[in-house]
Amino acid sequence: MSSMASSPLLASLLEAPLPESGIAWLDAARRGNREAAAAAGLPDTRVEAWKYTSLRALARHAFAGGDEAAVGRAVDRASFALPGVDGPRLVFVNGVFRADLSDLAALPDGVVLQPLSRALAEDPEPLRFVLSRHYRDVGDAFARINAASAVDGVVLRVGAGVRLAAPVQLVFAGAAAAPALAWHARNVIELGEGSALALVEQHLGEDAQSHLATLVSDIEVRERATLSHVLLQQAGGANLIRRNGLRLHAGAHASMHVLELGGAMVRHDLQVALVGDGARFDGRGVFMPHGRRHVDTQLAIRHEARDTASSAHWRGVASDRGRGVFRGAVLVAPGADGSDANLSNKNLLLSRDAEIDTKPELEIYADEVQAAHGATVGQLDERALFYLRSRGIGLAEARALLTGAFCRAVLGDIAGVPLREHLETLLMAQLPA
Amino acid sequence: MLKIENLHVRVAGKEILKGIDLEVRAGEVHAIMGPNGAGKSTLGNVLAGRDGYEVTAGTVAFNGVDLLAMAPEARAAAGVFLAFQYPVEIPGVNNTYFLRTALNAQRKQRGEKDLDSMQFLKLVREKLKVMNLPDDLLHRAVNEGFSGGEKKRNEIFQMALLEPQLAILDETDSGLDIDALKQVAAGVNLLRAPTRGFLMITHYQRLLDYVVPDFVHVLAGGRIVESGDKSLAMRLEETGYGGIAERRPAGAGA
Repeated sequence: MSSMASSPLLASLLEAPLPESGIAWLDAARRGNREAAAAAGLPDTRVEAWKYTSLRALARHAFAGGDEAAVGRAVDRASFALPGVDGPRLVFVNGVFRADLSDLAALPDGVVLQPLSRALAEDPEPLRFVLSRHYRDVGDAFARINAASAVDGVVLRVGAGVRLAAPVQLVFAGAAAAPALAWHARNVIELGEGSALALVEQHLGEDAQSHLATLVSDIEVRERATLSHVLLQQAGGANLIRRNGLRLHAGAHASMHVLELGGAMVRHDLQVALVGDGARFDGRGVFMPHGRRHVDTQLAIRHEARDTASSAHWRGVASDRGRGVFRGAVLVAPGADGSDANLSNKNLLLSRDAEIDTKPELEIYADEVQAAHGATVGQLDERALFYLRSRGIGLAEARALLTGAFCRAVLGDIAGVPLREHLETLLMAQLPA
Repeated sequence: MLKIENLHVRVAGKEILKGIDLEVRAGEVHAIMGPNGAGKSTLGNVLAGRDGYEVTAGTVAFNGVDLLAMAPEARAAAGVFLAFQYPVEIPGVNNTYFLRTALNAQRKQRGEKDLDSMQFLKLVREKLKVMNLPDDLLHRAVNEGFSGGEKKRNEIFQMALLEPQLAILDETDSGLDIDALKQVAAGVNLLRAPTRGFLMITHYQRLLDYVVPDFVHVLAGGRIVESGDKSLAMRLEETGYGGIAERRPAGAGA
């Protein structure tokens, strides 16, 4: 048995009323996923994908389903304002769409951006394939729960050849409520052939809340389309479990920058499939668990077509009793000849009680493949620290300077300078004093 | 300015310095010469405050204050500068940012006001020009991708910017071709001042052709075994360090 069959967490998630849409296939899919989640339970640490992230503590908590007051909850607009990001925006608070905080006025022709609930009401059929999915693995417990319970999220479609100039902003905020809530969001994003999109996604929350949020996104990047995706996580005290699935078709390119700055228990499954010849993925990430926070990144990249390329460089900094987990798995499937994969995860431990577990994996079944992977866990370079101090820079400032430089190394190629500088400032503010 | 008395230092349990006595007054240039393993770099590192050096006896006073009790950054603010034998590459830390942080950190410790970016850049450009270094150095990461010669010149440039009272040059001449050596020496000579003292640690005499010291000391086996003027350096060039380790400490008698 590799699961915790019953727990207050699972019981509360399964007790929440199953949403009814009146759409037969959707209700059937929700029911099926709910039943599968109930039958399989939550994964324990014997499940490989959950080896370093125990759900034992989280499982002791029950969460209320749905927040009826979400529409009226006060959310400071300044909390999601970002420099250089002033385009179309969708905002969700505790999983509920907030038209008052969103901005759909600046939407260019050829772009659909709307809440999932509205898209389903208007025309559910285009969403049928992606929302009918059944998850097979015991490690997929939260994807199942999300599939059963999510009633809203983002639908974003960029038409063929449409190249958006302004970034699209997606905000998922958790607002304090008692008792703690479970909320869910389901996002479906598609970039048409030859289109271009910059996406800025924010997961926000106050320290005072301890909700459980699940977010599942499917992002389809069609032939020769380009996606630039920045994911900023400042979820405060939230438990945040996310799955991003990207599929890149021939000649498509996706670049992604992930900043994990908050969250009590954070899980990110990033699954990238390079399904068309010449597709390319460039991922960069920083995770910074401090206090007693736990941040787990599970990156899986599959090269399934010829001449595909991926680079993934993640950096972790753990302080206090913070715990980081990184698993990076690159698979080059038979036939994906001429592929190029480069994966690294470098980590800094800033305190004795901090811990980071890292595991890069490479499986190659094709020919003429260039692949490199590596992982390190270490402390700040004593020689560099002394060099800085010998020039008059105090110990704390010298440490911050080196730690900041370590993290910034993976943010250098974020396209917008004001946004990049802002993210660097957030990152520096997060460093332990 | 700097007064070292009976300094004993241990590194990893092994005694490296076995009783150093040395005084550097303002305006003086002292050269410390000696064979490899004599403890020359240990002396520089102990004065700058590097970890891993255990002082087992003796004192070091800097302008009358116990230098050994101070943190490295406090020593820097007080006016001690070490030009590293192996300057450290720091990827991701921009040179301009580093220099400004260092200068303002020192100023803060001395109770002086921060330089704003205009004042700072003006000062930096002025010093770059004096050191004959290209402006693009400011936009690069600290020492990253610098050639050996650029690293050493960057050390002297930092010294010019930070204007220390006591400059310790740890084998600044090593690994330099003759042109780079001349540039480094010219930079050092420009900084010679009646208010500033120098401690130049070197294995070879050739730097001293360009930066003429007031005093030369021979460090061997953890002790200063001979002191003199620049002619001592020239004599060493002829005879080498052979046999020096057996000499008695200077002034210790026969």
